[in-house]
Amino acid sequence: MNDAERWELRLYIAGQTPKSVLALKNITKYCKEHLAGQYTIEVVDLLKNPQLAEGDQIFAIPTLVRKFPEPLRKIIGDLSNEERVLVGLNVRALADGNVK
Amino acid sequence: MKHQKQELFPKIPTGISGLDEITDGGFPKGRPILICGSAGCGKTLFATQFIVKGITNFNEPGVIMTFEESGKDLAVNARSLGFDLDKLQEDKKLKIDHVRIERSEIEETGEYDLEALFIRLNYAIDSVGAKRVVLDTIETLFAGMNDVGLLRAEIRRLFQWLKDKGVTTIITAERGEGSLTRHGLEEYVSDCVILLDLRVIDQIATRRLRIVKYRGSNHGTNEYPFLIENEGIFVIPVTSLKLDYKASREVVSMGLPELDAMFSKGGIFRGNSILVTGTAGTAKTILAAYFAYASCLRGEPVLYFSFEESPDQFLRNMSSIGLNLKQFVNSKLLYIYASRPSLQGLEMHLLTFHKYLESFKPKTVIIDPISSLVTVGSTSEVRGMLVRLMDTLKTKQISAMFTSLTHVQSSLYDDITVDAVSSLSDTWINVINDIRNNERIRNLLIIKSRGMGHLNNLQQFAITSKGIKFQNTKQNLPVINT
Repeated sequence: MNDAERWELRLYIAGQTPKSVLALKNITKYCKEHLAGQYTIEVVDLLKNPQLAEGDQIFAIPTLVRKFPEPLRKIIGDLSNEERVLVGLNVRALADGNVK
Repeated sequence: MKHQKQELFPKIPTGISGLDEITDGGFPKGRPILICGSAGCGKTLFATQFIVKGITNFNEPGVIMTFEESGKDLAVNARSLGFDLDKLQEDKKLKIDHVRIERSEIEETGEYDLEALFIRLNYAIDSVGAKRVVLDTIETLFAGMNDVGLLRAEIRRLFQWLKDKGVTTIITAERGEGSLTRHGLEEYVSDCVILLDLRVIDQIATRRLRIVKYRGSNHGTNEYPFLIENEGIFVIPVTSLKLDYKASREVVSMGLPELDAMFSKGGIFRGNSILVTGTAGTAKTILAAYFAYASCLRGEPVLYFSFEESPDQFLRNMSSIGLNLKQFVNSKLLYIYASRPSLQGLEMHLLTFHKYLESFKPKTVIIDPISSLVTVGSTSEVRGMLVRLMDTLKTKQISAMFTSLTHVQSSLYDDITVDAVSSLSDTWINVINDIRNNERIRNLLIIKSRGMGHLNNLQQFAITSKGIKFQNTKQNLPVINT
């Protein structure tokens, strides 16, 4: 049960650009609201670790990757639309399911 | 002035046989080159060869960023051309990055850019010190992303970035309807655009290449046939864009002293091409055999393309008139290449010619008969091919003889092959069978011979077990110049 509720997110950025900063701010906020205590966000700065881009097939910045739960999902952009992010991560459906 | 121009426009060799000639020295160094064409026309192999030859021949490491095929598929396909991509990657000369975009697992929200793609490319380039880059096919991004406006801006930025980075980049793109590329990439690549094409005519597929644009450089404007064969891509250029080959003054024998004597110089010039026309059974092949024999006697290698007889049949028939050509086959002075013309497309024939010219280095080439080639192509194609072949022979100072079968009914000048070849050849001999008093009379007439006088009347001859014998050689008659 605990395992299913653990969320592993990874945010790919390239330096502290406004879009990247905004994306991090947004996803942190959503997670606090909807996944409190169940999530980890790892920030990967491709300027520092360019070799990591190939592994997760990153081509856009910023990109949020849901590593767990599977399947892998990606959301590209500054994540400004909360609804779309939650749908994209499948957070809503899962949360609703838990309520039942 | 010329030096200055070179400073402005340095070029790098393409690594594709024949393409450097057409592009007047290669691709523009440090600039993007667009290769477009429909599916299956060879874009990826073209780009791969550019990278592989860059590494193996010019010590320029490369990066292939592939958006469609995985690196593994790419390596398998490249192996068919004898390229070992895995080895090159192990040697740190090549980096393949497969950008896989799964539309189904991606959501877009808010602003983004393609900086990660730049970072990946930059990392790949720096990891091997790449000088050459291939993006194959970047248009795939259009299927993977919603924001087309942003994508276009980013592609424009990418091409500029590649220029600033100083790498020479091939960008491949799908052919579009009514435009060169489906997504109009030609707007962003203005320096060099090459179009590849695959057409099937009479069930024979031919690949062609055309340089649509090459800013600031001379280039050939024709369509050039190209082949994908086991050693890579091979473009067949008009080897000499200008008619500037050297004309030899040296005279060589045609193998028959009496025939030589009909020309005011006592033979033909080295590097000349001779056309022998005649209906069936007029001894065209025999004349060609004499020509080959004479060359072998001089110790000069002969390449004989036989499109109607097998080598053994040819050798047997010639020995029946006392011409022992077998000895020269044994001593490797004579190489007979026999094949049915319809087995291959014209381009394959031309490729075969070129390959043997390179490997065998003949001094004399015979094509017997050249009219057979018409069965595999249209007149203009055959002519185009012959022009290329003759240019090559001329520049290499190779003497050539082509026989051509004409039909009894038609005027000599109506014949398709004769029309295509006669104006290109330097010497034209016509052999005619005549019936007089229930007896066949063989005649030979020299129609033209550039740069020398020749006899202008019919020369009667017979074929005996000791070869061709001219009946009443009128060697003392005045020679009339044409």
